[in-house]
Amino acid sequence: MPTIGELAARYRSGEATPTRVVEAHLRRIEALDPKVHAFVTVTRESALAQADAADKRFRAGTPVGSLDGVPLAIKDVICTKGVRTTCSSKILENFVPPYDATVMTRLTAAGAIMLGKTNMDEFAMGSSTENSAFFPTRNPWDLARVPGGSSGGSAAAVAADFAAGALGSDTGGSIRQPAAFCGTVGLKPTYGRVSRYGLVAFASSLDQIGPFARDVRGVALLLQAIAGHDPLDSTSTDVPVPNYLAALGQGIQGLRVGIPSEYFIEGMDPEVEKAVWDAIEVLKRLGAKTEKVSLPHTDYALAAYYLIAPAEASSNLARYDGVKYGYRAPGSKDLIHMYGRTRAEGFGQEVKRRIMLGTYALSAGYYEAYYGKAQRVRTLVRRDFQQAFERVDVLVCPTAPNVAFKLGEKEDPLQMYLCDVFTIPVNLAGLPGLSMPGGFTPGGLPIGLQLIGKPFDEATLLSAAYAYEQATPWGSRTPALT
Amino acid sequence: MTTTTDYEVIIGLEVHAQLLTRSKMFCGCPTAFGGVPNSQTCPVCQGMPGVLPVINRRAVEFAIRTGLALHCTINAGCRFARKHYFYPDMPKNYQISQYEEPLAVDGWLEVDADGAPRRVGIQRVHMEEDVGKLVHEGTLETARASLVDFNRSGVPLMEIVSKPDVRSPEEAALYLRAMRAILIYLGVCDGNMEEGSLRCDANISLRPRGATEYGVKVEIKNMNSFKNVQRALEFEASRQAKALAAGERIVQETRLWEAEKDYTLSMRSKEYAHDYRYFPEPDLVPLRVAERWVDQLRTTLPELPAERRQRFVSQYGLPPYDADLLTQSRALADYYEAVVRAHAKPKVVSNWMMSELLRELPGDDEQAIAKCPIPPLNLARLLALIDDGTISGKIAKDVFEKMYRSGEDAPTIVKREGLVQVADASALAAVVDQVLAANAPAIEDWKKGKKQSLGFLVGQVMKATQGKANPTLVNQLLLERLPKQS
Repeated sequence: MPTIGELAARYRSGEATPTRVVEAHLRRIEALDPKVHAFVTVTRESALAQADAADKRFRAGTPVGSLDGVPLAIKDVICTKGVRTTCSSKILENFVPPYDATVMTRLTAAGAIMLGKTNMDEFAMGSSTENSAFFPTRNPWDLARVPGGSSGGSAAAVAADFAAGALGSDTGGSIRQPAAFCGTVGLKPTYGRVSRYGLVAFASSLDQIGPFARDVRGVALLLQAIAGHDPLDSTSTDVPVPNYLAALGQGIQGLRVGIPSEYFIEGMDPEVEKAVWDAIEVLKRLGAKTEKVSLPHTDYALAAYYLIAPAEASSNLARYDGVKYGYRAPGSKDLIHMYGRTRAEGFGQEVKRRIMLGTYALSAGYYEAYYGKAQRVRTLVRRDFQQAFERVDVLVCPTAPNVAFKLGEKEDPLQMYLCDVFTIPVNLAGLPGLSMPGGFTPGGLPIGLQLIGKPFDEATLLSAAYAYEQATPWGSRTPALT
Repeated sequence: MTTTTDYEVIIGLEVHAQLLTRSKMFCGCPTAFGGVPNSQTCPVCQGMPGVLPVINRRAVEFAIRTGLALHCTINAGCRFARKHYFYPDMPKNYQISQYEEPLAVDGWLEVDADGAPRRVGIQRVHMEEDVGKLVHEGTLETARASLVDFNRSGVPLMEIVSKPDVRSPEEAALYLRAMRAILIYLGVCDGNMEEGSLRCDANISLRPRGATEYGVKVEIKNMNSFKNVQRALEFEASRQAKALAAGERIVQETRLWEAEKDYTLSMRSKEYAHDYRYFPEPDLVPLRVAERWVDQLRTTLPELPAERRQRFVSQYGLPPYDADLLTQSRALADYYEAVVRAHAKPKVVSNWMMSELLRELPGDDEQAIAKCPIPPLNLARLLALIDDGTISGKIAKDVFEKMYRSGEDAPTIVKREGLVQVADASALAAVVDQVLAANAPAIEDWKKGKKQSLGFLVGQVMKATQGKANPTLVNQLLLERLPKQS
């Protein structure tokens, strides 16, 4: 299937039409998604209707932009007007939002077509998409393995060529880690770069929506469409959005690349480590100057994250109470009983674990020791990055310490939490981070390479990623899914 | 016997004022009262998944103006915080409020207790959102279902917390009266306690006179008028005094005022108190309040009730009591000044407004004045009719009532009903003679020195003329005819 960039060219030349492309994707989903389980909902009818409208625009010579007619998969945590948005949770199984998230409004205005909503770890809590209340998603490279998470459905949909691109959300690595596991490009933008309005909140101070695509150009095109200030999101920042496509061809001659020593730890997969060092050599060959940097508070980031994120989650998820929308436990005696049973039956294990952790961290008498201290650690982590970025332009490191693992392999929640050890500090600091294919294991599983940038400097990240992508063969490999 | 007088009463007051903005605190929905249930809602004020709040700039301005009027320090930066508890009228199960970093702190409000002004400290002024309303089918106990109306959800509220500086239930009522007047003057709140746009909770504790440490405090809720606040606090002060005198411990708790039963009832003790798990609202960035913005708002402050009361005393020579009453709302004070401009007898106007107008009006707030069927100029015209002798003061009161009921002006009523005062000496003389002829005993009494007889005779003449006789003239005619007193 063509990439996002290729689609625009083919539509213009008449070599392809949105309807034919959308039909091809729908056929592929129909044939292969029963194996992958990337989608929770496929919006066949509206996708075909949108494609028909796009056809007409191209015939009239009036496409609305570079995403016109591009079929996308949307993580089921992003509100879509009239299309149920479940967060892969029983509690929202039948919730149909009466409004569109800002990113959806922008994508629709850019002509993009939604093929469906993708599976995820319930409320974006998890790193394997096994925490979906409906079914686990499988990795297109090896169906016995997980696609990563929480945006596993979106990553798998792009890797399996079910969609040309996708949107996910990233609170502690939920775009980058599945992108790594599925061999796609995934970008978590700077906090405040993309509007969160309509993104069902997990941890408000960490959540960010971002794109997946099979190549860097596709990610750049999607980011271009969704980035920018939104008056409906007070935490979105009014910083001008540069032309990301223009940044791609600039090369990386003289780019200062930092290698954070704390991101090469004992216990990480040696194949991952080797791939990253190889990638660093490639960057050097392309003209980058590398140097070691230190992010001394990295060790504490995971602990701080598992106080801040659950604390915010315990608050954000309080609204799911059976009163207004979503699941309500039947036959309750009274209000308290209804609250208790609705939440006990509506939420899965991991969600309940985090609500309890967060509730505890915010309780009177513990607030300072937990939430307060975690916030101070967060400041230190942010300062680490600030100091590093005084000397370098981007940081390069592994996205995750391991490659895709087997379903059911990580039963201990702490083992699962460790999957995000290299991605979480980036969320705590609010920085942009990108994961892209940086090699493969001898067994043929993708390895993720992470690039971390300065605030609002996605352009440099994309230009470095593009240069690396052009110099390596990894991006052209596709899973043998039949 | 131990009584309340052995103890010093310590009171702190929390006022919740609904701000008069057109739209809600964090979304664009209208705030109008009384709409069809859930017609004034959107995903944001219904707490839908994925929504985010956006601060209403006007609400912040209202709160800053209030802070300035209360002589507070306006913090250069403030934050919103989430206050958590589960209740179906609160769609997110948390309320966006302010906690550690409020908008304004450390001010004062002057309370005038019988010409002895005292300053009550203001601890803080902060902003928050209101909750929705539960509607039960029948009573709460028997209802088979409860419904939620989110029209009020997200309506901007301002909370004003006093320092524990109030020293008596009476002073609490004075504080609230003064606070309400300021809010009405600023135009930030309509001050209507019955409709709940102004609500008050009180904290009260007692300590032995001379002690410096505070006693255990009790919070009282559910008081929807100044009178209720005062009565609830009086009840609670005496309840606590009795308990302390009997050697009992006061339990820190929340008590509800039961207005019909005239007592407070324990609602929940602190042991079962909510842990609100406050934390800074991550969906809103800290609010920066630029000094320039504050300075600009300072210039928009109107003349406030204390200043206006002062001016009414100095400019119009009114007694402080009159000045206080007439300046309770800006609309009432404006009304007074409009009448005085047309009829330059300040004390006469004051008397008429206090005794007649305020008796008829349902309230003294903007709404009541706006709906007053007698515009200021009509009242001035009525008073002019007394002055030029067209009608008597007594007739004027009847005319006033008719004006209030019909909305007509004084000359129209006086003319139609033939109320013009008989000021024709020759016409009146005949009536006076008749009255004298028919009341010989009164004349005898008069001769014996009984002065009241004159009043009686004047009354008889007034009665005979249906009140239309000019009383001064009647007096004069009677005195001319009555024999000398011995």
